[in-house]
Amino acid sequence: MSTSEARKAGFLAIELDGAGHENLATAVLAAESAGFHAASFKDTPEAGRTNALQRAAFAGPLTRTIAVVPEVDTVYTEPFHVSTQLASLDYVSGGRAGWIATAAESPEAAAAVGRSFAQGEALAQEAAASIEVGRRLWDSWEDDAVIRDVATGRYIDVDKLHYADYETPAGFAGTAYSVKGPSIIPRPLQGQLPVLAAASLVGEGLVPADAVDAVLVSAPTPELLSAEIVDVRSRLGASVAIVAELDVVLDSRGQSAASRQVPPSESGHARFVGSATALTELLDSLLQDADGVRLHPAVLDVDLEELSRLVLPELRRRGALRAPVQDGTFRAVLGLAPAENRFSTTAAATVAAGK
Amino acid sequence: MTREIFQPSGQIQFGIFFQGVNSGTIWKAAESGSQTDFESFRHIAQTAERGKFAAFFLGEGLRLREHLGRPHALDVVGRPDAQTMLAALAAVTRNIGLVATQNTTYNDPADLAHRLSSLDLISGGRAAWNIVTTDNAWTGANFRRGGYLDHADRYKHAEAFVETAKRIWDSWETAVGPARRVFHEGQHYTVDVTPRLPRSAQYRPVLFQAGDSPDGRDFAARQADVIFSAHPKFDAAVEFRRDIVARSIAAGRGANAVQIMPASEFILGATDQEAQEKKAWVRSLQIGPQQAIAYLEQFWGRELSSYDPDGPLPEIDPVVEETSETRGSGFHGAKARQLADQWRAEAKDKGLSIRQFVISKTARIDSTFTGSYTAVADHLAQYARVGAVDGFNISPWLIPTGLDEIVNHLVPELQERGVYPTEYRGSTLRENLGLETPARSEDPAQV
Ligand SMILES: Cc1cc2nc3c(=O)[nH]c(=O)nc-3n(C[C@H](O)[C@H](O)[C@H](O)COP(=O)(O)O)c2cc1C
Repeated sequence: MSTSEARKAGFLAIELDGAGHENLATAVLAAESAGFHAASFKDTPEAGRTNALQRAAFAGPLTRTIAVVPEVDTVYTEPFHVSTQLASLDYVSGGRAGWIATAAESPEAAAAVGRSFAQGEALAQEAAASIEVGRRLWDSWEDDAVIRDVATGRYIDVDKLHYADYETPAGFAGTAYSVKGPSIIPRPLQGQLPVLAAASLVGEGLVPADAVDAVLVSAPTPELLSAEIVDVRSRLGASVAIVAELDVVLDSRGQSAASRQVPPSESGHARFVGSATALTELLDSLLQDADGVRLHPAVLDVDLEELSRLVLPELRRRGALRAPVQDGTFRAVLGLAPAENRFSTTAAATVAAGK
Repeated sequence: MTREIFQPSGQIQFGIFFQGVNSGTIWKAAESGSQTDFESFRHIAQTAERGKFAAFFLGEGLRLREHLGRPHALDVVGRPDAQTMLAALAAVTRNIGLVATQNTTYNDPADLAHRLSSLDLISGGRAAWNIVTTDNAWTGANFRRGGYLDHADRYKHAEAFVETAKRIWDSWETAVGPARRVFHEGQHYTVDVTPRLPRSAQYRPVLFQAGDSPDGRDFAARQADVIFSAHPKFDAAVEFRRDIVARSIAAGRGANAVQIMPASEFILGATDQEAQEKKAWVRSLQIGPQQAIAYLEQFWGRELSSYDPDGPLPEIDPVVEETSETRGSGFHGAKARQLADQWRAEAKDKGLSIRQFVISKTARIDSTFTGSYTAVADHLAQYARVGAVDGFNISPWLIPTGLDEIVNHLVPELQERGVYPTEYRGSTLRENLGLETPARSEDPAQV
């Protein structure tokens, strides 16, 4: 990159699980005013943890700028329900929803719904199938399907509704299934919600790279993270955005980060422990290669305060962060073009015309 | 005071049923807003809360209604997922209950129980589940299991499902845990789960039931807190109450154990005449000429577009072979021809055109209260006095402003008569409905 060329600004996401459901409103508003571009919600089977998608939905009407992005499992859920729920999330958030598609590798989750335990390549196959169902159902209503034509008495134009007609592929490791459609909710405001998945789930023989919009990349240490970002980028190509995962423990309230006695994390993410200044340097350098970074604060209200006061303002001053846009979409945060509809009658005509 | 004798509360409450899918909500009027924008839901929910409504309901339909083999084009269609929408509404309301209609066939009990607990916690104890029992293969085509449940098994399955959900909700000994494992092995599924969520402020979600068969009523008498019934007319409501009281006592619960809130529609005005004129206008927009023809096509199983909606019913006979579940309920095989004969005779007798006949047949007619604010308030006060119902579940015919006149004019009349709450009793739905905290179900670890 030449020095005269403006640097590509990135985005920052923050995981808000530390807020629980009791302090969710306060936390998401604090994250929004700090200038975070996205808030994410985990769906791990931890005691006391409410449903991630519902927390995201609760956050939707309280905010105007920050994207709301829940994790939703693809293995032990119903793809039809998941698709409808996520489309609904897009409506209640005004087009700021995304989906971190996860594949639970959990005997407990399997037993809870009486299904057999999925492992290995079956996980990526379930995820790929669920994402494909979701995407087909989101497209199953064209954008202008609701016509409200008083003269003919038609509320919808039936030619703009399409069956999804999904069937799991031959050789599917799990139990084969099909989904008919169309969706029971019109196309989401964004057309297609951005889909994110762990980089380890995406690639050849796994979830196809063109099925997701972004991957979450993690490495054992901050030092290894940059190398991993470069690796994943070369493996998946430029069309998939890269979001680096980083746990953070900051010096705060007169205490050094190292002395804060934060228990070790089992997240598998790199963990940064230190000052706001050093974190700013690290993020600035990560954002040279990655499109965004998702931060997992050790203690939400403590670390969020430091991030908001010291880290984000400095990154913005350096031009490392794109400006959050009020009433913008999550697609825009990720730099995605408006989503074309695979069933669109006008798009089909363009293709037929040899465009 | 014996539990064997029903005690009227002398009060009625309101719920709002945002239908989202039907011919009841007018979309052709200039005032009709979006059926999917969050602002429509917010406006309705906040208006209801201003009117001290007990609950905000969302229905469920897991496959688009079809007509002659294609999605039905004429009525309002396409609605958000209930629990996702209610979680969002929890953020912009304080007291109103949030009721999600969810069926027991195309959900997993552990997953559904968890999500309902989540909604209950996120909303501070305001969640409820309206239990429905869809079983048709046509809906099943959207799900992994496909159409797996026999009609006769509907309520057996629902009961096992609800029992399992209750044990999941009851599994935390105290508000802070720890949980006891819940195991259920049934004909259709096995559940083995250590529940993750504590009790909410109202202990567990309130249970509504919608379904009217004898099996459905018995199921409600055993399991539900409130029935979302289909009997709002006074005499039918009194009879339904008597029936439910008897079933509740037979089920070993008290005479007052199950509340009743029928589906209803209100068409109001400053005077009776104004309300009657409004009703004619509302009906003409609910059932337009195309809808009248389409309604008959459902039963005739064939295209009837060459018939004049303002003329007599078709002389040709219905196509019987094509009868399928996609053509609506209450209509099977040879019944079709019989029904057509009957309808033709009835329409001729009363001198009704296709359109007039269809308007007269639409079920919602029976659930409508029409009149001046004072007349309707007097009428509803009678229900309260004898305890015919505990409340009404109102479907507004206009979105998003359809509750405005009810809240602005009818509610104050009812409050003046002392039959409607002037304040919320508490912060949970259970408190606001005046329901008792449920007894913990027997040892949750038990199979
Ligand atoms: C007032 C009322 C509202 C209902 N709402 C729904 C609904 O939103 N979604 C649904 O799938 N079924 C709904 N049902 C259908 C019932 O769940 C049930 O499947 C149907 O009534 C057949 O059961 P039954 O034979 O016991 O009456 C409703 C029923 C009633 C009476």
